[in-house]
Amino acid sequence: GKACLSRTGPKARDGRSGEEEEEVKVSYQLYPGHIPTSPLQKALLAAGSAAMALYDPYRHDMVAVLGETTGCLALPSLRDKMKHHPEGYRILQERPLIRLSTLDMARLQGLPPGSLGREYVRFLEDNKVSPDTRMLPKFVDDEELAYVIQRYREVHDLMHTLLGMPTNMLGEIVVKWFEAVQTGLPMCVLGAAFGPVRLSTRKLQVLATQLVPWAIQSGLNASCILNVYYEQRWEQPVESLREEIGILPPP
Amino acid sequence: AVALCPVWTLLARRGGTLRELCGSLRGLAAGPETHFGFQTVTEAERREKIYQVFESVAKKYDVMNDSMTLGIHRIWKDIFVRKMNPSPGTLLLDVAGGTGDIAFRFLNYVHSVRERQLQRKLRQQQNLSWQEISETYQEDKLKSLGDSRVVVCDINKEMLKVGKQKAQHLGYSEGLSWVLGDAEELPFDDAKFDVYTIAFGIRNVTRIDLALREAYRVLKPGGRFLCLEFSHINNPLFSRLYDLYSFQVIPVLGEIIAGDWKSYQYLVESIRRFPPQDELKAMIEDVGFFKVDYQNLNGGIVAIHSGFKL
Repeated sequence: GKACLSRTGPKARDGRSGEEEEEVKVSYQLYPGHIPTSPLQKALLAAGSAAMALYDPYRHDMVAVLGETTGCLALPSLRDKMKHHPEGYRILQERPLIRLSTLDMARLQGLPPGSLGREYVRFLEDNKVSPDTRMLPKFVDDEELAYVIQRYREVHDLMHTLLGMPTNMLGEIVVKWFEAVQTGLPMCVLGAAFGPVRLSTRKLQVLATQLVPWAIQSGLNASCILNVYYEQRWEQPVESLREEIGILPPP
Repeated sequence: AVALCPVWTLLARRGGTLRELCGSLRGLAAGPETHFGFQTVTEAERREKIYQVFESVAKKYDVMNDSMTLGIHRIWKDIFVRKMNPSPGTLLLDVAGGTGDIAFRFLNYVHSVRERQLQRKLRQQQNLSWQEISETYQEDKLKSLGDSRVVVCDINKEMLKVGKQKAQHLGYSEGLSWVLGDAEELPFDDAKFDVYTIAFGIRNVTRIDLALREAYRVLKPGGRFLCLEFSHINNPLFSRLYDLYSFQVIPVLGEIIAGDWKSYQYLVESIRRFPPQDELKAMIEDVGFFKVDYQNLNGGIVAIHSGFKL
């Protein structure tokens, strides 16, 4: 459902102290953590978060806010892509979450090397990241779309694994390019375009000549990455999954 | 599964009694009911929530103040201290003074008044012997503040921590002390202070009447009570614009600068919950202060209330 905000317009009655005027502000919280916002607030948030994310790249929460406030066209189209795909549809129904509490880390570590589960755990350990640090959506005014963006965030680490990119600035930009092509989220496009601003020329060269073209081609070639039920494919070898989705071998 | 939970909130204009609407699960709440922004909560819950708000905003408090008020809060505080017009030797209690803005201004003010006093004295005493001159210098060096002291009292450890760091950074050491305490129950003896100030703090106190009573208690006879707080705007058009800015822009600034929407949503809601100028004036008079008056700044965005204990 959509959130509806009735405007808080208190009418002042002059010179009558002690008289009470009650107005009810009904705000529907569509999901835990949801903050309903007006269009003006969303516009301000989008502009502000973009500026802050550029100013301080370590403000990951600002990147998240930017994604939520600008995703009003891309998110529904992603959701529709999921709905029209059997595996994607199942994901929307079952709403799996990638959390330390839902993953059996011991089992994943025990899987043969080269399998998705084993490589994913290796990626988490090498880069010292955890799936629990993802921000929950706040400003998406539709609880199904909120899940879609949450799924996108949680699948991000798996993208790193499938693309073989580390979590440094360069790796993140490559993944952003891939995601931009795949999802069409303005936040990804902006991140991909403005991220390289802070890179050295040598890295920019590698980026421009090898990595980005490969990322774009893979993005175009691959089927929708949100339509893969990763939790049921831990045993599948990464190579085979790459082929299935359509990601080209990394340079 | 994602649950749909409607949150009914209540806005009561002009303060007064609260009435709870259906939908709240707090029908069996223990303790008296009060407000936290536009929500209805118990007193205990309110105290806890407010403590958490300030714990969370402490580090970015000053930056946020500058952004929200476009730096104008500094002018308000300057006017406040100028109105206080403290003379050297004043003992000030600054309650809810967390990050020290009023305390530092007080120290600057008495320091400059003291400077002028010393200059005047020197000019009058031109024909002294060298012995007498050196004696004057020694004596005055110890009293560059002229015995003025300020005690900063705050209920929140994080805010005090930020205040102490600021003091160190700016070089304030003399005549300044930091005390952890509750405005509703101050850890001081009766009739100890010349001036009691509370700037942008009384709004966060749960029992304003108790805080005012404590203020009266700790002031010496002849002491002055001064309160700087957000208040109500009478002009309807101005009020509309202010509401628009408050509700649309300020929480966004909170999210972007401090990563904290909710605390700043609380802030703008709590301003609307706070008693307007005349009601606060009556509450101050009820506690026993005389010559209670208020001065609006910027059309009522903030007001300075003043009263004397006689």
